[in-house]
Amino acid sequence: MTGNALSLPLARSGRRRSPRARAIRLGISRLGVTLFTASMAMIFLLPLVYMLLTSFKDSTQMTALNAPLWPATQQIYTAADGQTYTLYEVPTASGVQGLALEKPGRVTSTFIDPKTGQEVEWQGNWRGLSPVWSLTVSFDNFSTVLDVLNFPMLLRNTLVVSVLGTIGAVSSAVLVAFGFARFRIPGKNGLFLVLIMTIMLPFQVTLIPQYIAFLQIGWVGTLLPLIVPTFFANAYNVFLLRQYFLTLPRELDEAAQMDGASPLRILWSVIIPQAWPAIIAVSLFHFFFSWNDFFVPLIYLSGHADLFTMTVGLQAFSATYARAGSGTLTQTAALLAMLLPVAIFFVAQRAFMRGVVISGVEK
Amino acid sequence: MVIVEDNESVHAPPPRRMSLARRETLMGLAFLSPWLIGLVVFTALPIVASLVLSFTDFNLLHPADFRFIGLDNYTRMWNELMNDGAAGKSLGVTARFALMSVPVTIVLALGVALLVNRKLLAGKPVFRTLFFMPVLIPLVASTIVWQGFLNGSTGWLGQILRSFGLPSPDWFNDPSWALPGLVLLGTWGIGNMTLIFLAGLQGVPTELYEAVKIDGGGPWARFRHVTLPMISPVLFYNILISIIGVSQYFTQAYVLDPGSNGNPGGSTYFYNLNLYKEGWSYNQMGFASALAWLMMLIVVVAALVLFRTSARWVFYAGGDR
Repeated sequence: MTGNALSLPLARSGRRRSPRARAIRLGISRLGVTLFTASMAMIFLLPLVYMLLTSFKDSTQMTALNAPLWPATQQIYTAADGQTYTLYEVPTASGVQGLALEKPGRVTSTFIDPKTGQEVEWQGNWRGLSPVWSLTVSFDNFSTVLDVLNFPMLLRNTLVVSVLGTIGAVSSAVLVAFGFARFRIPGKNGLFLVLIMTIMLPFQVTLIPQYIAFLQIGWVGTLLPLIVPTFFANAYNVFLLRQYFLTLPRELDEAAQMDGASPLRILWSVIIPQAWPAIIAVSLFHFFFSWNDFFVPLIYLSGHADLFTMTVGLQAFSATYARAGSGTLTQTAALLAMLLPVAIFFVAQRAFMRGVVISGVEK
Repeated sequence: MVIVEDNESVHAPPPRRMSLARRETLMGLAFLSPWLIGLVVFTALPIVASLVLSFTDFNLLHPADFRFIGLDNYTRMWNELMNDGAAGKSLGVTARFALMSVPVTIVLALGVALLVNRKLLAGKPVFRTLFFMPVLIPLVASTIVWQGFLNGSTGWLGQILRSFGLPSPDWFNDPSWALPGLVLLGTWGIGNMTLIFLAGLQGVPTELYEAVKIDGGGPWARFRHVTLPMISPVLFYNILISIIGVSQYFTQAYVLDPGSNGNPGGSTYFYNLNLYKEGWSYNQMGFASALAWLMMLIVVVAALVLFRTSARWVFYAGGDR
């Protein structure tokens, strides 16, 4: 497709070049642009690679000097008498060899050749040598994190909040969007303006009275404040669905109406089957939103560790373990926490990104 | 269908007496009711309540006996703003961050959008997905990842910079580098903006580019005189959204310092960290409400200023808005 689009201006430029030379030039620029973009993407996502490799590392590797970037451990040589020695990369007459350090010294050191078991004298300061690292993938971090973080519980709480919340957000937004898209109501435009304004409203101004009210009715310390409000239609979702409903032809609704179908019936069997792309986008938005949400669960669940959602649990874990210097454990926990949303995104990315564009561009 | 018709005929007589328009209005309002109820219960009443609370000394520990204290919360806030108290400091941090982060993310998002919009680029959908993907990572997780990545001794950025003989700060442990570190973390959030820019770019008619070409204009002229004016509406939208985003900034700063002191050295003491502390650590919900209202006011003013200036630089191609 892109090839066709390109051939036009080039053909018009009227330069005398053989088609072959032109194809080669085009191929080179295409390769250049693509390689540049690929390297930008790699830099952009490098922290993810860091996270991934770090979660398979032993924590001692993090602070060791000259340690490689990939997960590895220092190679150890066990002598016949059961003594263990660390292997170093030693430059010798016959190239760099991995030798086990037996007697370290500043001028000369004694090494053992692990292949022969023979002692080797070496001239030079052993501190200048780097140890031999070998690739070792360790899953210890994962078992520790799954245990300490109580990952299954966090997953269950998060799924309860996000699945129920998505059901609430989508069903209420569909009803309200249908009301805005298909009914003549006096003052509807004014109401719609109010709806748009609430999208822009900073959450801080409603948060404190909501918190006090939920505290009065005893919902603080439960999951209810995270779920119940979703059943009252979020303005952003209504806006997106209404925009989509307006693009659907009215003829089908009218035909159904002639047949005597009730509005609810029209919504269910005429509108919704046509609006799946927008409904899926809204569901994904809300699902990711509630998976990601932090401030609201933090204030409502604080002190109730058994109700923590993924983000609150992850933050509490990081607050404890980041200070203890266990970078490997926090990276592993972060990896586990993002696994499901990232996987769902890759499966549903097309529908999701289209939804972002609908909501952002069509005002 | 048949069942529905039957129901209609049974229940039909009473509503028939209502005029059709009235019936449609009631039916429509019924569909709007979830939102209308939510608007009253979760938005309108709380807004009024928080305004009222901001004139009281409401304390969570003894919610029953609060008094109206007039403008005391606001005078206290004013003093803190003027004398570099907690509110002043936190507003300063937030403003500094906005000045760094908004331009960086806008330029980067536009740059990425231009890049993945290139006709010559192979595998466009893959790159779009990759540049978008970090948006889906929970903020707590991405903050932890960048905390590790930017760590002064074990982080990769420092190691890479040092291997080129360059100095590297200890980002999140250095008061003067913590905010730039958060700007770097913020680059992972450009996905939405990039997609919206991309949609704007795809809406630019190709004839305009042809026209510049005929006039002998280069790539810069194309960008400056065609692309930029044509995408100015989405640029406007993206600036507005990112200002609102900064006004709600909390999670990343809280993960960096769970004590919510904005460490290192108070350099990440964001506005909402202060609000959280006043409201939920010190239980002073009255004062916290006043803080919330100040932020609301700032956002409204910023949005109004942006709308006012927009007449001069935002260009609507249709001319009908």
